[in-house]
This record gives sequence, C-alpha cells and structure tokens, in this order.
Amino acid sequence: MSANVLYDAPGPKARIRNRIYGALSVLAIVGLLAFVVQRLDSTGQFQSGLWEAYEYTDTQNRILDGLVTTLKTFGIAALLSLALGTLLAAARLSDHAPVRWAATVAVEFFRAMPLLIMIFLLYAAFFTNDPMWALVIGLTLYNGSVQAEIFRSGIKAVPQGQGEAARALGLRKTQVMAYVLVPQAVRSMLPSIISQLVVTLKDTALGFIILYEELLFVGKAFAQQTEPVNGVYAFIPMVIVFGSIYILLCLALSGVATWIERRTKRSRKGAPPAPPVALDLGTGGSGVVNP
Amino acid sequence: MNVLSDHFAEFREGFLGTVELTASSALLALVLGILIAGFRVSPVPVLRAFGTVWVTLLRNTPLVLLFLAVTLGLPALGLKGWDSFWLAVLALGCYTSAFVCEAVRSGINTVPVGQAEAARSIGMTFTQTLGQIVLPQAARTAIPPLGSLMIALAKNTAIASGFNVAELAALQKQLNADEGYNIYVIFLWIALCYLIITFAISGLFRLLESRLAVAR
Repeated sequence: MSANVLYDAPGPKARIRNRIYGALSVLAIVGLLAFVVQRLDSTGQFQSGLWEAYEYTDTQNRILDGLVTTLKTFGIAALLSLALGTLLAAARLSDHAPVRWAATVAVEFFRAMPLLIMIFLLYAAFFTNDPMWALVIGLTLYNGSVQAEIFRSGIKAVPQGQGEAARALGLRKTQVMAYVLVPQAVRSMLPSIISQLVVTLKDTALGFIILYEELLFVGKAFAQQTEPVNGVYAFIPMVIVFGSIYILLCLALSGVATWIERRTKRSRKGAPPAPPVALDLGTGGSGVVNP
Repeated sequence: MNVLSDHFAEFREGFLGTVELTASSALLALVLGILIAGFRVSPVPVLRAFGTVWVTLLRNTPLVLLFLAVTLGLPALGLKGWDSFWLAVLALGCYTSAFVCEAVRSGINTVPVGQAEAARSIGMTFTQTLGQIVLPQAARTAIPPLGSLMIALAKNTAIASGFNVAELAALQKQLNADEGYNIYVIFLWIALCYLIITFAISGLFRLLESRLAVAR
C-alpha cells in the first residue's frame, strides 16, 4: 500500500492543518539543530584550533592511510567472504547428506554468534600481534555464512523448470549449477549481496575495539594527540569528520546496489530481483530467526 | 579449573547485563522505530523528509562510530553524568530504530489497500487510520522481521564491551586477559550464554506470531 492511501487528498482545511504541522515540525527540528550547534559552540567545539589540523597535509595523509587500511581490510574480507559463501552454499545444496549437515551447522553457528565474540577469540588465540587477521577472518566467517544463505536462496528462487530443462539436456549437476542456475541467481541476488558487503564495510570499524589501526582508530588516536584548545579536546570534530567519511563510503556502496537493482528491474531477460533476504543490522546482525 | 564455577558471579552479572541492555534498547528501538515509520507515511512532507534522513544516516553509520559519537558527544552537549549503560542503550536503540522503521514500513505495505480506503470512507483521520486499522494489521506481518532484528540487537550489544558496560563480551575480554584459563572454554561458555538469549528471543517472537496470526 503506498503511503498516500492512508489519507485523503487534502481539502482547504486539511491543507492549512498540514501546513501548520509542517511549520511546527520545521520549528522543532530547527530548534533541536540550533540547540546542538549552540551547545557545541558554547563548549568551544568550533574553535579554529581544533579544526585547523585537518588542513595539514600530514594529517590528511594519516587519514588517507587509515582509509586505505580500512578499504584493504574490507577488500580482503569481502573477497574471502564471497569465496566462503560460494563454498558453503554449494555444500548446503550438495547431494551428500553429511556435507549438507556440516555446512548447515557451520552456517547457523557463525550467524548466531556475535561477530565481536568471534573476533575476541581469534585475537586472543592466534593473532594477538596481528589484529588485522583476527578482524578479516572474523568478518569472513560471519559474512561468508550470511552470503551463503543469500546465494542459496537465490538459487532456490530460480524457477524449477530451468534446472529440469538443463538436466533433460544431459548436463551434469556441476554444469547445471555453473551454466544455468548460478548466473541467474547472482543476477537476482546482486542487490542483497551488495547490501551485505555494505555491512562488511561497516563492521571493519570493529577493529577499533581490538586496537587495529583502521580509519576509526586513526581518528581517535588523532583526536587524543591534538593539543586541547582552551581545555577542549578534539573529539567532536573527529566524530564529525570521520562519521562523514564512513557515511559517504557506505552510501556510495549502497548507491551501487540501488543502481543495479533498478537496472535488473528494467531488463526483460533476467529473473526479476528477488525480495531482500532479510533486514540486516550489520555487526553480527543477520536475519537469523533460528540461531 | 572450571571457568564457569570459578567466575559464576561474573558470568551471572554479565548475562544479566546483556539481557538488560538488550531489553532496554529493544524498547527504545521499537518505540522510536514505530514513531519514525509513522513520520515516513504521514501527510506532512517535513516529517517524511526527517524520517528518510534519520533512516539513511543511521543505517550507513558503523555502530562503533555511533557509540563513540554518543559517549563523546553527549557530555559536550551538556548532558553530563549519564551512566555508560544508558549511553549504550541510546546508541543501540537509535541504531536499531532505523531498521525497525523499515520493517514496520514494509509491514504497512502488505496491508490491503481496501482497508485504508474503507477507514477513510467512514471518515477516519490519518492518525485513526494508521493507529486503529493499518498498524495493528501491519504488526502481524512485521513480527518475523522484527524478531530477526531483536536477535541482531542482542548480538550487537557485544559492542558495548568496548565502552565500559558490564556484559558478556566484556567478561570474555577480561577472562581472556587473565592467564590460566583455556580461551576456547571461555568462548564456549560465552557463546552458550548468547545462544540462550537469542533462542529465548526467537521463541518469544514465534509465540507472538502464532498468537497474533490472522487468516488473510
């Protein structure tokens, strides 16, 4: 049901009333923003001394380094999780029951665990001196399991006749999968796959907690090193600057997902995009109902 | 050398901490999420825009960054002396509210158009249509995704361990740092605690689903 079914086309009275509500909410929102800005100003967050460090090339290079580290971690974790996802999805669709059971147990277990708990374990057990791999492997295990579920539901959503026709032509089961089912499944699941990649990108920020020098960690270290100006530390400027970077990165990646979704809808050849698998919160947040 | 029996009091405290954190943030997330969903379908354009901005911003921010923003930002706004527990509730609640809003909104989309049309034709206002006709029906389809969101929320509470909240992940970190215990055993016990919580939530939502199910 589209939103405008919920109310009548406004008549003269309703239009006035809506305008009054509109004006009131503008006032409330502007008031809130003004309060925030005023408080930030009066606690001295906008003093130029706290911000001018961001103009130095040295600072910009450090931020860039943090960004590169984050993107590198994301890149490795994304590739590995897609590979693991493919493997687990194939195993869950296998004809051999033991393989199927093992994969199901693995997928359900890694999806049900909070990602941070896995990362703490990996960090303490293997990678105390190399937090990057604790983060990458944690992200891979969790996101790989979620990607496996996305792949599997994509393959399940391909019309049955496709697989039957392929088998009738005499293709082997690997061929049926590789030439017929997977290409169609990937096409319809691409938006969900990319949304999960956005989650992976957001979750690289968990490295902050195990003191891995990614973007957020650089930000905090940076804010701690900046000399306080009139007793005010540079934490708020840091949150504003680094928050914008993260939001822009994620928006760009989600933008790709929306663009692909629209393209796939327009095309007549492929299967229409399947509805998103589950709302995903990120950070250990898959749509698991049965952990 | 059994970690659980040696540190039973800490485990109990951590378990209760996680449960309390989950419950309080879930309450905040549900209230805020339903309110924002109402904004997003309202006849007032400003409120619709506000809802869209809220959802877009919060869905694209890493939760850790949100935690930082809340713990460092609120004192600067003059709200000093908040307990780290309530700061964590605020961060988790606001973050999850964006997802709750989207779940409720897609629930609203599944209610047959005729329901709202009938409500309008007997003269109900927007608030009455939404509150008495559409939302009660939307809630029924929104329950399974909301259940997944609450499970995800329970898992996300682990992040609060980085921000001075006593809960299970913080306990794991502390026990890992103590020498002398097998970290895999610690992990297994902590994992079991989380499994109990997530199983309880999914059971609760399955119960709700069967209780509220209607023939369509």
